[in-house]
Amino acid sequence: MSKYTEEELKKELETKEYEYGFYTDIESDTIPVGLNEDVIKLISQKKNEPQWMTDWRLEAYKAFKDMVEPEWANVHYKKPDLQAISYYSAPNKKPKYESLDEVDPELLETFNKLGISLDEQKKLAGVAVDIVMDSVSVATTFKETLAEKGIIFCSISEAIQEHPELVKKYIGTVVPQKDNYYAALNSAVFSDGSFCYIPKGVRCPMELSTYFRINQAGTGQFERTLVIADEGSYVSYLEGCTAPSRDENQLHAAVVELIALDDAEIKYSTVQNWFPGDKEGKGGVFNFVTKRGLCEKNAKISWTQVETGSAVTWKYPSCVLKGDNSIGEFYSIAVTNNFQQADTGTKMVHLGKNTKSTIISKGISAGKSQNSYRGLVHVSPRAANARNFSQCDSLLMGNECGAHTFPYIENKNSSSRIEHEATTSKIGEDQIFYCNQRGIDTEKAIALIVNGFSKEVLNKLPMEFAVEAQKLLEISLEGSVG
Amino acid sequence: MLKIKNLKASIEDKEILKGINLEIKPGEVHAIMGPNGSGKSTFANVIAGREEYEMTDGSIELDGEEISELDPEERAHRGVFLSFQYPVEIPGVSVTNFMKTAINETRKAQGKDEMPAKDMLKLIREKSELLEIDRKFLSRSLNEGFSGGEKKRNEIFQMAMLEPKLSILDETDSGLDIDALRIVANGVNKLKSKDNATVVITHYQRLLDYIVPDYVHVLYKGRIVKSGGKELAHELEERGYDWIKEEVDA
Repeated sequence: MSKYTEEELKKELETKEYEYGFYTDIESDTIPVGLNEDVIKLISQKKNEPQWMTDWRLEAYKAFKDMVEPEWANVHYKKPDLQAISYYSAPNKKPKYESLDEVDPELLETFNKLGISLDEQKKLAGVAVDIVMDSVSVATTFKETLAEKGIIFCSISEAIQEHPELVKKYIGTVVPQKDNYYAALNSAVFSDGSFCYIPKGVRCPMELSTYFRINQAGTGQFERTLVIADEGSYVSYLEGCTAPSRDENQLHAAVVELIALDDAEIKYSTVQNWFPGDKEGKGGVFNFVTKRGLCEKNAKISWTQVETGSAVTWKYPSCVLKGDNSIGEFYSIAVTNNFQQADTGTKMVHLGKNTKSTIISKGISAGKSQNSYRGLVHVSPRAANARNFSQCDSLLMGNECGAHTFPYIENKNSSSRIEHEATTSKIGEDQIFYCNQRGIDTEKAIALIVNGFSKEVLNKLPMEFAVEAQKLLEISLEGSVG
Repeated sequence: MLKIKNLKASIEDKEILKGINLEIKPGEVHAIMGPNGSGKSTFANVIAGREEYEMTDGSIELDGEEISELDPEERAHRGVFLSFQYPVEIPGVSVTNFMKTAINETRKAQGKDEMPAKDMLKLIREKSELLEIDRKFLSRSLNEGFSGGEKKRNEIFQMAMLEPKLSILDETDSGLDIDALRIVANGVNKLKSKDNATVVITHYQRLLDYIVPDYVHVLYKGRIVKSGGKELAHELEERGYDWIKEEVDA
């Protein structure tokens, strides 16, 4: 009986959401759909950008016009119509809901499963929040601590205004405007994103995570991130959110550039949980991301990612090991369920001597999904004694999903050593029964097995996030068996 | 405690158990013996609720409650434990983590809170000492790279941790050398109490030198064809199974 009324309530809520969506549209500052030079100039102008930034965007657009959408990835989707997108929408200040009671209960349940605090739930769901909310004051404290160390951490738009010399010097140096189709598009139209600068010899005293998560809600479709770690500095940076992001924007094309100068270290962790589409595979976000880091002498960049969302993911966080003795690492968990498709991996480009790279990739496929690892290890002629170790493990659930591995090795130096290991396994009925017999139900059993499988990568995440990521894996695979 | 009436079960439409009757009281140890292919493992799996085995007739009552419609985990929550003949590996999941999950899931099903970490630690210390298990062993991935003896000892450790009412040991002696056998059997004996019961399934008599049964049943062609005291096991050891087969098949 109660179920019936709950259904009704949900329906009512959905209608309400739609109503709100309608009004929000009218109130927000949105430019008409379409992509051309005038649109780009308009974006730049609305953001009050200096001329060099406008020119940089236009240059990117010029290159973009001559490029075609890549088709080599092992994914199939209907190409988005880029002329049907509106490329600028001012952030809407007005809260979407007045209280949590108005939010989709399913969404709230997921929040609860993830153990997200009430205040944060409000923020994430777009509910009006009290100004004395805990997390806001935490954020302020963070900002003060960071400023004391000379660390700059702000939106890229703010950085363009406040620190143009840094942005101008580094933007596009790792991912050039014409790097690829979606990077070019992003360079032309990027809406906002984050900027981080760690001065020489400074060790960032905190994981840039909690702060980031709070401020993450509502970032745009074309995000641009630039992280610069000056000589001898260290930063651990966390992007994304375990909370589900329900976004009506279908296409997301972000660019992330990391620069680790001599002796610097950047640890960049991502948890991606964009809307993957419904159980029939309808809707869902296309996530076409370019992420790359540059290591100077003795520098180290470490990418850790947990990918559970999006309908189509196309993403290869890479390291250019330019300086001698530099180190690149890539740790990845990619989960696909239902009709999701992921083509993800990394590129390790060894240019300097004694450079080292490690790749650990864990792909988990369920439902009718397709999960591909694609990785390149390139050793240039002058990269003497380069070392690489790659390990790609795939875990399959059921008989309708697919796991694929595409390792590419280009070795031009005979003193290098490259190792590649790959395994494929399936969650067995005997494993599940064994867990069942110990009192663990099937869903929990799968979570346990998957977490065990992913452990090497989960261990690389910042502590508090590893716990959330574990729960996220659990939720992503709910209902994938039986 | 356990009352089995006219239990029939088949796998892929082939009838394996053809009407088993058995009653086990608290504090008792029952041995089920029989030649290969007589249905011993099927019997263990059917009681534990493995899906591939279809129960076609009869009833299984645990403490007066019919459990044959319950999922395997629900049976586990009510105190049914199966020590596997071939324990499976779960890479990346430590023995400790696995036990923590099992205990807390069981407590959750029983409407209790999770066991506090302090109590969990104490329990682990207690039980690993009881079974002479090296603590380092508990941080290893479940059964991954374990020797035959380690796997079986791990099963008994889990049994100790979960404190089941009814333990079914399926061919626990297979693949064990005499020392490992003694350690495992000692463990089982230490865990015996007047409130729990044990079913020992074995092909050979030698395990029963260490775990002394109150009753011995011979399973043949899906039926219990002979029951007796521990002396029946000795008789089987001496004379083999042929005389029983002859009796039945005659």
